[in-house]
Amino acid sequence: MSDENKINNGFTKVSPPTGGGDKEGAFPGQVHPTAGGGILVSKLDEVINWARSNSLWPLVFGTSCCAIEMMSTASAKYDWSRFGFEVARATPRQADVIIIAGTIVNKMAPVLKRLYDQMPDPKYVIAMGACATSGGPFFYNTYSVVKGADHVIPVDVYIAGCPPRPEALLHALITLQEKIKSGATREQIKNGIGN
Amino acid sequence: MTNEELKIKLTELVPSAVFEEGGEWITAFVDASNWKTIAQQLRSNEDFKFDYLFCLTCIDWKTHLTMVYHLTSTIYRHSLIIKAKLDRNDPEIETVSDTWRTAEFHEREAYDLFGVKFLHHPDLRRLLLTDDFNGYPLRKDFEDPVNMIKL
Repeated sequence: MSDENKINNGFTKVSPPTGGGDKEGAFPGQVHPTAGGGILVSKLDEVINWARSNSLWPLVFGTSCCAIEMMSTASAKYDWSRFGFEVARATPRQADVIIIAGTIVNKMAPVLKRLYDQMPDPKYVIAMGACATSGGPFFYNTYSVVKGADHVIPVDVYIAGCPPRPEALLHALITLQEKIKSGATREQIKNGIGN
Repeated sequence: MTNEELKIKLTELVPSAVFEEGGEWITAFVDASNWKTIAQQLRSNEDFKFDYLFCLTCIDWKTHLTMVYHLTSTIYRHSLIIKAKLDRNDPEIETVSDTWRTAEFHEREAYDLFGVKFLHHPDLRRLLLTDDFNGYPLRKDFEDPVNMIKL
């Protein structure tokens, strides 16, 4: 004990953090413990992707019934802030991910495009529910519904369901997180970062 | 007032009214040409006092259009349905927005989706669709090959 105290100038030794680059969801990279701390060895892209995926702020965008399920995912019982979606922003300028919860009609499509353009990079899109995926129950015989939000903006994750359960939305959020960590989102492929 | 009494009083007011059987409320077909005076009577007359128009809509039967007005009285708590047949090629009817103010928006919606012209409406223009939309979507013969995929 006295030897260690001498090395550390009398302070109690604190064990350094061990990186778990191979564990699920843990901080990527290896930490090599040295005297006075440690050295983190990792790829910068991996660290950036990990940080981005664990703190995605969604934009409040609910047009239809799927918005009710999104609200219940955000509230206490299913709680998406466990996964980092803590702060839902009302302004697209501060949001990372837009969860299109609801039907997109012809009048709403330019508004959606404008909100997407106002979001700063990197941005991700989740199409929640049947209406945002493909027009849903309004695919046939309607004069006003856009048959899928991907006619307007590029989508990363699609969720099936009418409406999808909160657990399904949480699964989609986790899928988006894994997609970001693996570097496979549209934005990452376009910019050539990640893998 | 019960339905029977309402029927009697209504026949006094509008002798040419045709009643439809069945349903919870009385349904009366009136002539579209003197709808204005009938509406004012329904609102102000002591027997009726229908001061709440809770639904105004249009139905497209393929041969003609029918305007439907759902009225109720908050004083006596009786309800009534008035229907008026309109010609399909030139659907016009008097507005009731000065009798029941809520009809302003409802008639704009009926004009927007069916093309029914409301005479002397203070501000008749499209409500839900975009201003440059062509056609009246809720008519049965509305065709839109771009958007509508027929099942």
